[in-house]
Amino acid sequence: MSGASVTAEPRAAGALPPTGKARNWRSYAVAAAFLAPTVFFLGIWVIYPTIWTIIRSFFSRTGDEFVWFDNYEQIFTSDVLLTAVKNNAIWVLVVPALVTSIGLVFAVLTERIGWSVAFKTAVFMPMAISAFAAGVTWRIMYQQDPEQGAINAAIGAAKDAVDPPGALTDAAPSTDALVGTPQGGLTLGEPVEPGSVVALGLTQIPPDEVPDDSAPAVLPEPLSGGITGVVWRDFKPGGGTPGEVESEELGLPGVTVELATADGEQVGSATTEADGTFAFENLEQGSYEVAIGPETFAQPFNGVSWLGERLITPSIIIAYLWIWAGFAMVVIAAGLAAIPRDVLEAARTDGASEWQVFRRVTAPLLAPVLTVVFITMLINVLKVFDIVIAVAPGSVQDDASVLALAMWRTAFGGTSNLGLGSALAVFIFVLVIPVLLLNVRRFRREV
Amino acid sequence: MATAEAVEQPQVVRESTWSRISRFLARSPVHILLVVVGLIWLVPTIGLFLTSLLSAQDYLEGGWWQIFSEPSKFTFDNYSAIFDNEAITSSLVTTIWIAIGGTLLPIVVGALAGYAFAWLEFPGRDWLFVIVIALLVVPLQMALIPMFRLYETFGINDTVLALVLFHTGFGLPFAIFLLRNFFIGIPKDLLEAARIDGASEIRIFLRLILPLGLPAIASLAIFQFLWTWNDLLVALVFGRETQPITVAIYSQLAAFGTNIEIIAPATFISLVIPLAVFFAFQRYFVQGLLAGSVK
Repeated sequence: MSGASVTAEPRAAGALPPTGKARNWRSYAVAAAFLAPTVFFLGIWVIYPTIWTIIRSFFSRTGDEFVWFDNYEQIFTSDVLLTAVKNNAIWVLVVPALVTSIGLVFAVLTERIGWSVAFKTAVFMPMAISAFAAGVTWRIMYQQDPEQGAINAAIGAAKDAVDPPGALTDAAPSTDALVGTPQGGLTLGEPVEPGSVVALGLTQIPPDEVPDDSAPAVLPEPLSGGITGVVWRDFKPGGGTPGEVESEELGLPGVTVELATADGEQVGSATTEADGTFAFENLEQGSYEVAIGPETFAQPFNGVSWLGERLITPSIIIAYLWIWAGFAMVVIAAGLAAIPRDVLEAARTDGASEWQVFRRVTAPLLAPVLTVVFITMLINVLKVFDIVIAVAPGSVQDDASVLALAMWRTAFGGTSNLGLGSALAVFIFVLVIPVLLLNVRRFRREV
Repeated sequence: MATAEAVEQPQVVRESTWSRISRFLARSPVHILLVVVGLIWLVPTIGLFLTSLLSAQDYLEGGWWQIFSEPSKFTFDNYSAIFDNEAITSSLVTTIWIAIGGTLLPIVVGALAGYAFAWLEFPGRDWLFVIVIALLVVPLQMALIPMFRLYETFGINDTVLALVLFHTGFGLPFAIFLLRNFFIGIPKDLLEAARIDGASEIRIFLRLILPLGLPAIASLAIFQFLWTWNDLLVALVFGRETQPITVAIYSQLAAFGTNIEIIAPATFISLVIPLAVFFAFQRYFVQGLLAGSVK
């Protein structure tokens, strides 16, 4: 901003040379009038409450007993509050560094791109949205059911492409002929020889899992030099006879049938048709084992529990990065643009590689801007509240808690512990005091 | 960069759009990366919007992307229901009042103080300004409990006024900081000339400083508007009954999943207005951001 970068000398500012005491008093009165509303608002809404809260933090829940540092001690001894302290420590250690790095990468990558405005607008846009609305938006993204949460849907689609789900999730053999478990494979107890027809009946299939395209089961004809068979749902309304393929019973398509020699060497694999039939052709004489392969029962992707107690803090942090990366990018890009071109050109002329130019020229010149972004994020992260309350479902808010959330819940969430709530507020305040001193020192150097 | 592209233009006139796009992407992996990242950044907002266009029944059957394969599921019914929902519409009105008051009042108070700190002589000026700078980072958590009690004494909890005054108190340090730094850059000659002509300070403030300071005031207005519109915490404490839109949505969150047809459109409405403000005044927003952080 052009105006702000002009640092006029404040001492040189001011009115005409004072011509007398009366004139002085008059101009002081004018200044006082200009400042009166500010003194009113800062005094009542900021300074008075700050002092009140500091004092109150040394008193008990109800406020009638002076308890020294008991409230502060409780921050580090109560489980829920300690979780909040630990989570906030994670936020402080991870987020400012990540936001600054992502912003730097984006700013450098877009620096010489013609359409960078489109990219910057897309990335910067979440800054305008409330952290709360952003949190709700991400909560919709994070739903565990891959049918509803976009992130799990994307992961599920990728996983299914690599490792497709089986035709069924669970079933049991309809007769004793099949032995084993679905997860380990269901094997036909009696070995068979070419020319036989095998019937592999399954029951206890969840009703919604019988594929839509399945046709009535058929027992295939024997095949000379081959083994044929059917995998079907050995059940019909009323029950039917186990082990017999009857009308109204459905074939199970998509089932993997494996063929192995008597000594266990796998020699073939087939997938059943719509009517449940399969065939292995051109087999040598001998006895074979037929099995329904375990991949038939490969479980579908059920979704990562982003909003569960283990992943909740990383999930919220990702949503938070989505909001703030644009801020870092824009501020750092402005810093990059302010670096004089001829300095960079001089370095390149001297034979420096692009990486050397970045490492030795750009980065040091950019350091003050990076520091500002880092510190701004540090303050923000210490006060993070809205996005946590929006993303974390009520049941995991204890696991996701941070200082500001703990403060609000302690003081206004039923228990009304004003002493402990005040102590939590002061704790946040104490953590930002170094930044406060830094700001003041920077200003005093400027004057 | 822009000129280099302009020179290439004549050769690509007859190319099809598709081959232009693929050639553009082939130029460098950085372009592809940025296109992908940019699209990823848009997905959550688009997802929220499409979710708000699904009936509750359709949402239970699948996520928002089903709209791409079955565009017939697209419906504005949720929005007409929202605008018939008394709780939501009245919370929107409350939000508008809070945002207007919480924007105007800090600007007026902050501009007066900014002028005093920039151009008036009085003892202790630098010290007072140091206090303002120190107050910049005081977390508003420090004021929640005592102000709640004070408001209770005066009986103004759960009023728009209570929220506006609170936003003014905590918006003021930044407002003064931003405006003072801008006002101080106004050429001194202009002020001297006005003073020699015998203009009063209030006249100089109204006729000279405010018009010249308009860019900074615009930046500040956008910031205050976005903060007050987007606030949740302050409203949760002082506005449980006269709830703004964020609190109205918050009270729906406990039943998340069964009331997505309320949550999604209400959230989208709540973010569409700041987004419109942002796109209309993006330049001032960025300027304010740079002035507020870099300085």
